[in-house]
Amino acid sequence: MTAGTLIVGAVAVPLAGAVLIAAAHRTPNLRETVTLVTAGLLFLLVASIVPDVLAGGRPHQTLLPVMPGISLAFTVEPLGMLFAVLASGLWIVNSLYSIGYMRGNGEAHQTRYYVCFALAIASTMGIAFAGNLFTLFLFYEALTLVTYPLVTHHGTEEAKRAGRLYIGMLIGSSILFLLVAIIWTWAIAGTIEFTPGGVLGGNVSNATMGLLLALYVFGIGKAAVMPVHRWLPAAMVAPTPVSALLHAVAVVKAGVFSVLKIVVYVFGVETISGMTSVDWLPFVSGFTIIAASIVALRSDNLKRRLAYSTVSQLSYVVLAAALLTPLSVIGAALHIATHALGKITLFFCAGAIYTAAHKTEVSQLAGIGRRMPWTMAAFTIGALSLIGVPPAAGFVSKWFIMSGALQAGHYAALTVFVVSTLLNAAYFLPIVYSAFFRVPGAGAGGGDGHGHGHGEAPWPMVVALTATAASSVALFFFPELPLQLARQLVARSPG
Amino acid sequence: MVVLRSGAAAWTLAVAASWTALAIAAGLFLEVAGGNVVSYWIGSWPPPWGIEYRIDIVNAFLALLVSFIAAVVIVYCRESVRAEVPRERHYLFYAMYALCLSGLLGIAVTGDAFNLFVFLEISSLSSYVLIALGRDRRALMAAYQYLILGTIGATFYVIGVGLLYLLTGTLNLADMAARLPAVSDHRSVLAALAFITVGISLKLALFPLHLWLPNAYAYAPSAVTAFLAATATKVSVYVLLRFYFTVFSGSGIFDDRPLAPIWITLSLAAMFIASAIAIFQNNVKRLFAYSSVAQIGYITLGVSFGSVYGLTAGIVHLFNHAVTKGALFMLLGGIALRLGTVRFDAIGGIGRAMPFTSFGIVLAGLSLIGVPATVGFVSKWYLVLAALERGDAWLAFAVVGSSLLAVVYVWRFVEVAYFREPTTEVARLREAPLSMLVPAWLMVLACFYFGLDTGVTLGGAGAAAESLLRGPR
Repeated sequence: MTAGTLIVGAVAVPLAGAVLIAAAHRTPNLRETVTLVTAGLLFLLVASIVPDVLAGGRPHQTLLPVMPGISLAFTVEPLGMLFAVLASGLWIVNSLYSIGYMRGNGEAHQTRYYVCFALAIASTMGIAFAGNLFTLFLFYEALTLVTYPLVTHHGTEEAKRAGRLYIGMLIGSSILFLLVAIIWTWAIAGTIEFTPGGVLGGNVSNATMGLLLALYVFGIGKAAVMPVHRWLPAAMVAPTPVSALLHAVAVVKAGVFSVLKIVVYVFGVETISGMTSVDWLPFVSGFTIIAASIVALRSDNLKRRLAYSTVSQLSYVVLAAALLTPLSVIGAALHIATHALGKITLFFCAGAIYTAAHKTEVSQLAGIGRRMPWTMAAFTIGALSLIGVPPAAGFVSKWFIMSGALQAGHYAALTVFVVSTLLNAAYFLPIVYSAFFRVPGAGAGGGDGHGHGHGEAPWPMVVALTATAASSVALFFFPELPLQLARQLVARSPG
Repeated sequence: MVVLRSGAAAWTLAVAASWTALAIAAGLFLEVAGGNVVSYWIGSWPPPWGIEYRIDIVNAFLALLVSFIAAVVIVYCRESVRAEVPRERHYLFYAMYALCLSGLLGIAVTGDAFNLFVFLEISSLSSYVLIALGRDRRALMAAYQYLILGTIGATFYVIGVGLLYLLTGTLNLADMAARLPAVSDHRSVLAALAFITVGISLKLALFPLHLWLPNAYAYAPSAVTAFLAATATKVSVYVLLRFYFTVFSGSGIFDDRPLAPIWITLSLAAMFIASAIAIFQNNVKRLFAYSSVAQIGYITLGVSFGSVYGLTAGIVHLFNHAVTKGALFMLLGGIALRLGTVRFDAIGGIGRAMPFTSFGIVLAGLSLIGVPATVGFVSKWYLVLAALERGDAWLAFAVVGSSLLAVVYVWRFVEVAYFREPTTEVARLREAPLSMLVPAWLMVLACFYFGLDTGVTLGGAGAAAESLLRGPR
């Protein structure tokens, strides 16, 4: 198979999977098998492209010309490769987890759920491999639309409201700002292909550049830079596996991935590093990091706390990209991966706790570590990764980002990272402490009488969360693959 | 058909006629795509004395659009008309349908200003009858309203043409364009322009001359709504284009007159006010009727830029919007057939009872919003590009901003269709009959197909825009 076929296959396989899943709706076991097989196949496909990209190849495939000069086309570059490996790999784990969760909680409409999930992954692959802004935008919008039924899965009034916010903010921002930015780029540069070194060099004034960057950053609502972040906590009404894979990995990472990709391949790090009009971005993203951490600290609902933590961590990537140094860009790319592993673990744990113990609030978790040791051990690793403590992978990316801040001499950014690390510790470590070292007191009595019965969640869930926690540690010791890809990202852009 | 007096035979005949028209229009389109102009002299009288049928890429594009829609809708008509029109009037319905189609196609192909008026009247009179055939008694009122306003529009048009005839002594459009510069300092030219503009604007439902449209669309038989929404206003836009860019362009009459700002203001008003009104409608047909008024605003906005990109956007949106709205009204017709109403408070939970119909409406709605890979996106891309090219960034934001209003009204349908529990009445509904569902879904798929393969639509529109801007030859 040629590389082009492989790329198209990466989008087509989950699409075909979606059709097969829908066809198998009468036999749940077959349906779930199809999901797992599709996920496995997709991962193999994606993985088979890696050696080529590592060797410096940039496989390209044009599907069809859409408008003069604009086509539906895929190009695999290091960042997209990293993102695709991550999303497709975690889809396998997440599918396993989903099976446990959806059955354990007796959820309705499971076929619709798995179909939309497969479609969401197909869209994510499209985003990862997009060769130009049009293709990126197409799959970006598709991802919003196919995840809408997942967010509103429960069909309750609350889900409907969250869905409104979800569609309103994501579609709204993308049409209002991102689309205009893309067309503007096309009008200025005459191309919207992703090009190493950017396409805007030379003919854009300082002020226009700042405005364009603002349109992109706020137009990509999925990156959840404040104030376009509200949809993310709202989307937590979805079943937990959705929050885990989509709202910790696929959807939000598609956002920061797009921001990073646009900074590197449309603006060009070199082109904008001298411009004063883009200096606002570190401050906006820095503010998001701190403010979201504080909200997280004050949230008692576990998923809400995780959601705001995600908002904060996403802005790490945006801020790192905005620092415009090679080290920070490497860090940004790595952080997409390390945060994904850490956060999906945490969401898996939250879902496991909900399934086994029916607890959703942080204050109810005292002593739960004794009943669910695997879950809470994984939770601890995930938390350490987000704080940035070895031996969890979060340390690696944070190291690069902070070195980048030093390299740029941006001490404000450095302060933000230090403060935020403290805040991260402040909102995660108490959970770990009370889970292991406190006895369930009278205060947490609500679930107490019931609590004696529960142990760990169903085994597929435990396997899944152990796997992601283990890979988070593994990534700390063996960061070569993502690191190599991230290095190529910088090496390609001059300087 | 009137002779036959049989509904089924009339339908068969109408199908044959519509499909033949489509084949001929496609042939013409291919013939003129290279830049040729086909000229046919009625009775072999050479122009400007005789009536000339003159087909360049603009005419061909429009004829193709009209006959394509007609060919799809006629298939759909069979079940829909059987349910909504009394049996003894079926043959009349198809006769009127055929007349309306010939009127619209006539407008598209003729090169003669008065002949155009005749065709305009043929299509208008037959459409009044078609609307009045709606089973709701309010259809009569709607048809009457349309009759009054439509007649005023046609009268204004013919007054304008009369003035031009007095000035130039010709009714042939191309000839008129050639002679007009010589008399352009005459004030009557301006009066003619004003009469024609207002007259045609009434027919194309430019805001605020759109008052006839929502009722007419809401109460007409479903098939008629689908057909008229997709074609009638589009043909009027063509007439406007023809007069502005072929007849009047050489006369210098547009210099020093703030016509573009007026058009832009009215278009923006249509886009925002009509969309806002649409949001608050309870009848889904009325909702999409107001949305049509808003979408016409997009078309005229593109046209008023007067640039290649702008005109391309306007013309391609003629096609794109026709396909989208055709799909929407055809699907709504399915609901009307099964449930008898399309009010929001009655169709709760319809997504479960009629899954294909509802999902189709959502997909066509996405095209209305302008999601990439749909036709709506192509139009929007060019419209924004045209606005940016003018250096008017705020206009670009206005274009995308008004499509956010479309998100709101499309999502109203989504929430009603999928989040409400079906009433017992809705729950026992069956899916629409295949003979309606298939043509409707054909349109839905067309929304996506022409959103990705824009060779014919965008190519045709671009060529048409360039040919219009080149002026009369």
